[in-house]
Amino acid sequence: MVHLVTAVIKPFKLEEVKEALTGAGIQGITVSEVKGSGRQGGHTETYRGSEYVVEFLPKLRVDILCASEDVDRVMETIATAARTGKIGDGKIWSTSVERVMRVRTGELDIEAL
Amino acid sequence: MKNAPQSLVGRMLSPKRLVISGAIAASLITIFANSAFAQDVVVEPLSATDKLGQNTNLLWIVVGAAMVMFMQAGFALLEVGFVRAKNAGHTMAMNIAVFGTGATGFFLVGYALMFGGYYVRVPGFDWGYDHALGSALVGSGQWVFLWKGGWALTGGKFALSGAVLGYFLYMLAFMDTAATIPTGSMAERWKFKSFVAWGFFCGALYYPLFGAWTWGGGWLSQLGNSMNLGQGYTDFAGSGVVHAVGGVAALTGALVLGPRIGKYSKDGKSRGLPGHSIALAGAGTLILMFGWFGFNAASTLQIADGQFALVAANTAIAGAFGCVGGMFWVWKRTGKPDPGMIMNGLLAGLVAITASCAFVDPWAAAVIGLIAGFLVVEAVFFVDHRLRIDDPVGAIGVHFVNGIWGVLAVGIFASGKYGIDAFGTGLGWNSTTTHLDASGSATGVTGVLYGGTGWGQLGAQAIGALTIIIVMGAFSWGFFKLSNIVFGGIRSTREDEIAGLDVPEMGVFAYPDFVGTSETFAEDETPSKVPYSKV
Repeated sequence: MVHLVTAVIKPFKLEEVKEALTGAGIQGITVSEVKGSGRQGGHTETYRGSEYVVEFLPKLRVDILCASEDVDRVMETIATAARTGKIGDGKIWSTSVERVMRVRTGELDIEAL
Repeated sequence: MKNAPQSLVGRMLSPKRLVISGAIAASLITIFANSAFAQDVVVEPLSATDKLGQNTNLLWIVVGAAMVMFMQAGFALLEVGFVRAKNAGHTMAMNIAVFGTGATGFFLVGYALMFGGYYVRVPGFDWGYDHALGSALVGSGQWVFLWKGGWALTGGKFALSGAVLGYFLYMLAFMDTAATIPTGSMAERWKFKSFVAWGFFCGALYYPLFGAWTWGGGWLSQLGNSMNLGQGYTDFAGSGVVHAVGGVAALTGALVLGPRIGKYSKDGKSRGLPGHSIALAGAGTLILMFGWFGFNAASTLQIADGQFALVAANTAIAGAFGCVGGMFWVWKRTGKPDPGMIMNGLLAGLVAITASCAFVDPWAAAVIGLIAGFLVVEAVFFVDHRLRIDDPVGAIGVHFVNGIWGVLAVGIFASGKYGIDAFGTGLGWNSTTTHLDASGSATGVTGVLYGGTGWGQLGAQAIGALTIIIVMGAFSWGFFKLSNIVFGGIRSTREDEIAGLDVPEMGVFAYPDFVGTSETFAEDETPSKVPYSKV
């Protein structure tokens, strides 16, 4: 079975996360630029003397397909690499995946990883 | 020697420095010699040195004109950087089109209204500006309100001379600067059709009106003769004529338009709507500073007396102190040295020194600039929070408030060292015949700190400032109110404003490859509730 691990991380942590995953033998990640807010709900800045709210902060979303038995290890690897200990470090979650196909060969599921 | 040509000009000579005044140093000696014998125009064949001197002066103002026109690039980048991405194309289009529309109006009628009675009668300088192109259209003597002559640069041999055309080109560039100031305060919500009308109006009528009263030799410049007020209204390179006149239109235009959607909350609290590129705005600021040396230093209109070096140095000093003053003051007020206010502070210093740059000592330039930096921060906050007039770029604080400050600063800090009649014929700055010293020479432009005619000078400056605020304010306000009727509202529709004016008005995206710039809002969702990067 295959799982999709999705992590939302601080953008500058991408390199470390990528290296840690490679070190853990995980190949193939998809990265997207996203925006979001967590428990702090963004923050307030001042522009020319007037306040404005930055409600969504820029983050990176990292998607990794892995064998279901590797999910815990992948999540732990990402968390260790992405952690700064300050607010806004992000979240990681996993979802089970019904079907996976490699486009080039048509291989399915675990063979497609 | 400094004010040589002016001393010989007739009563109609403009305040702005002698068009074709002295030549380079060598030729100046020749002129001096000639002038001693020639009170009336005696056209003698020019020596090679004279010709070189004249053409070098002409080169100076043509190069100066090119530098001032480059300021349009500075305005464009500054304003585009301070608006949101969805309006970048619209704002840039205004900054380009205003040159065309303004110049068209200025060429056809504006120049004739402003300078039709302008001439410099200096022996040996019979190259076009030894006679006025025309005569008074409204008023006479010391109370001229408009000129006529040289419509569309026609009208006999004078209109085709290098002197007239060079001077026209230089003045065209100044008009352009005044015309583009309201595009900043009115950005992101001004219907393009109405903006186009503004360009023609400003070039043809609005700018030339106050210009005729001051640089064209009209009633404000003659206050020294008519009301014994110093040397009359004195504005070396245009804190008032260009910046405050453009700035007061920026104020009335923004007032008539009203604030951008989402700028103020229901309880009247001001919200920041950050511009999309501090980088563009910063580059624009520095380009403006570069052009300012053409604006101020080339306003000597001649290179003979070397005064342009003091002018240029004062300009840089005031800009630096304005920058520092604005930076520290906004730092103290908000806790951060807001980059936009550092830029506004620099420009405020430049605006404020523009009227007095030839008349003050460097220490005074520093004081004027420092006060300008403080003033611009307070003015931007006051306009934004108290008056609740929405000015996306700070044009009102920079150009209007500091333009007025610059006009008044002449009456305070002018040292009396410049504007002295070197030829001893009794004429001072603005061809003022009052205020002679013991030897019969006209005194220089003097502020209250230096005694003499200081209080009268400050009075003339105050009358000029009040004229800008009241008369030009009413004129521009009336134009925008009238446009509201003619164009069915000068403000773009709510839907267009929310979508961004780029596509609805101009048919292009400024940044078609970036996600988010084309996004529209739901009807009841105000832009300020959405982070600016998505707007």
